[in-house]
Amino acid sequence: MPDRRNDMMVEFPWDDLRRLTGLADYNTRVVLLGSLLLGLVSGAVGSFMVLRKRAMISDVVSHAALPGIVAAFMVLTVLGGDGKSWLALLTGALISGLLGMAAVHAITTHARVKQDAALGVVLSVFFGAGVVLLGFTQRMKSGSSAGLESFIYGKTASMLASDAWLLAGSALAATVICLAFFKEFRLVCFDAEFARAQGWPVRRVDALLTGLVVVVTVIGLQAVGLILMIALLITPAVTARFWTDRLGSMVIIASGLGALACVTGAALSALYPRVPAGSVIVLSCSTLFLIGLLFGRRRGLVPEAWRRIRLAARTERHHVLRAVYEQWEQRGVQGFHAHAGTGSVLVSAGDLAAVRRWSEARLQRVLREAAADGDVELDAWPLVRLTSRGMSHARQLVRNHRLWEWYLIQHAEVDPHHVDRDADEIEHVLGAAMVRELEATLPGRLSGAELPSSPHPLTDTEEAGWRKGPA
Amino acid sequence: MTGMPAVSRHEHSPAHPLAIHDMTVAYHRKPVLWDVDFDIPEGNLVGIIGPNGAGKSTLIKAVLDLMPKASGEVMIYGRPYREQSQRVAYVPQRESVDWDFPVSALDVVTMGRYGRIGWCRPVSRLHREAARSALDQVGMADYAERQIRQLSGGQQQRVFLARALAQEADLYFMDEPFAGVDAATEKVIVALLRRLREDGKTVLVVHHDLQTVADYFDWVIMLNMRVVAVGPTGSVFTRDNLHKTYGGRLTLLDEAAEAVARSPQ
Repeated sequence: MPDRRNDMMVEFPWDDLRRLTGLADYNTRVVLLGSLLLGLVSGAVGSFMVLRKRAMISDVVSHAALPGIVAAFMVLTVLGGDGKSWLALLTGALISGLLGMAAVHAITTHARVKQDAALGVVLSVFFGAGVVLLGFTQRMKSGSSAGLESFIYGKTASMLASDAWLLAGSALAATVICLAFFKEFRLVCFDAEFARAQGWPVRRVDALLTGLVVVVTVIGLQAVGLILMIALLITPAVTARFWTDRLGSMVIIASGLGALACVTGAALSALYPRVPAGSVIVLSCSTLFLIGLLFGRRRGLVPEAWRRIRLAARTERHHVLRAVYEQWEQRGVQGFHAHAGTGSVLVSAGDLAAVRRWSEARLQRVLREAAADGDVELDAWPLVRLTSRGMSHARQLVRNHRLWEWYLIQHAEVDPHHVDRDADEIEHVLGAAMVRELEATLPGRLSGAELPSSPHPLTDTEEAGWRKGPA
Repeated sequence: MTGMPAVSRHEHSPAHPLAIHDMTVAYHRKPVLWDVDFDIPEGNLVGIIGPNGAGKSTLIKAVLDLMPKASGEVMIYGRPYREQSQRVAYVPQRESVDWDFPVSALDVVTMGRYGRIGWCRPVSRLHREAARSALDQVGMADYAERQIRQLSGGQQQRVFLARALAQEADLYFMDEPFAGVDAATEKVIVALLRRLREDGKTVLVVHHDLQTVADYFDWVIMLNMRVVAVGPTGSVFTRDNLHKTYGGRLTLLDEAAEAVARSPQ
């Protein structure tokens, strides 16, 4: 017996999946389409709302909608209707949602209450009233209030095809409006004051955007539920920002993520009717958010850490190349293990470690990276061979370093003994334009690719290093 | 028609880019600018100077209908602002926007064209080219595709200036364009101001650096909750007027403002 029960638990509902993927069931098909469009429009509208820094409005609307839904149900039941007309319930939601927003507006303009506090007060009062009303409906003789809770937690499985068509139609209309006013929304979200000065009716644009949020929130109530609706508006938008620096692509990515989450939620809810779609949608959103937070191309933590590591590695390679060049420059070819005929420069690894005061392991790691770049060759280890490519690269680095040193000494009055460290920090980020500017600030000293002399004796660090020896 | 002699107040000529008549501006019912009344003739670079809290930004915002006026009227080329907004360009303070916003420098400059493009129309190539050339005029053509957060403070300021240039206006208001910019940007801005003047434009600039006032501006408006002096820099920018402008606020004016704010409606 226990075995059989276990089998039932793990048995995968192939038939259901086939039904779903084959889109054989008309009802499921329409619900999936509605969810897809809901996700699309939520991502788009949410992007603008997040950028306008008014995302929390959606939370007020969704919570304030509950008393409207329940009141609409009660009125319908008393009038003898079935009490479950989706259109009537959503109309109730819309009215009380708007009332909630009006209440926030009234409180912030007429009383000295800040907006966040007003949002919190209105949200909880309306939601509380809705829960109380819901309690009354359960004692009503006629009509069954079962199913009203689906507005709280979200349940796509309970949607009829006609509900879903209404959802799909409204979502599509809202998407079209969003695209039509893309330019106006961008302007107002970025710089409302400039927009106003240019003669744009900023209040009306804001009202349109808020209207879209209200509509999207209300039509999303049954699918996502009023508690979690805010997540569908905010999370895809915030996630998209990890991947892009452009508003257009942000809206597209957010729409795609929203659609993905909604379809996942609706599909799972269709397969397992007891799974609340809203929770699945929000969990999908959160998963996508986590992925974006970690791996997002623009601001993800991993790519940023990777960029930092690469910059640090590049800096170390520059340091070692400069050390090679300066030793060669200072002592002349004969002081080094220069192989006649090859024309390449050979430097002892021990000397390099001493100059930079690096451990041997660290030096080896940096040199291997430089070898991968083709700047050095390690075929004569423990001698390091500078290739001709490495030679010109190193010369360029030394030149930038000294240009900056001379600039600091002459124009920033930095002491020559400290200038080496300061220049160390900056030379790796010097662009071509800055180098040209530096050359211009040091008149007469440089022409073309001429290399300035070091402003401080190079032997200082070197001899100290010699005495200590490599670690 | 007959009888009354001409009003003692001076005439506000419709030819003037900016004519302010008896304007008082209040913030939360507390007056911050009293009885502003002056005309600015065409083709001048005008500096607006005064200590912190003197109402310099307020003056600009009230003119641009961004703040309600308690009384008085403003005429732009002889007509109210709302009819003339296309002839006016505005450069807000750099800190007034979120530079983390997902747009490129070119996107921001293109916003200066939106007024010409009109509702719901997409940005055509023509307008995009106009924006690009505005960026070029401030030496930022190479940075067109950069996200604005990646620009330095001076470069961000130049983007704002380019956006105003893209508006192709006749009258410009700039709120502290020199604040916190590098030397290269300062040079660019000064050159730009002079080019605008050559083209017969009028530019009002909120300015902080008194050392450069005589150098940069033909006219100066000296402000400290009221207009201390206004006129050609040579005759108005005097030690005496500077003392009046910066030598402490008029305590009576402060007290009066507080009293107005406290009084029941």
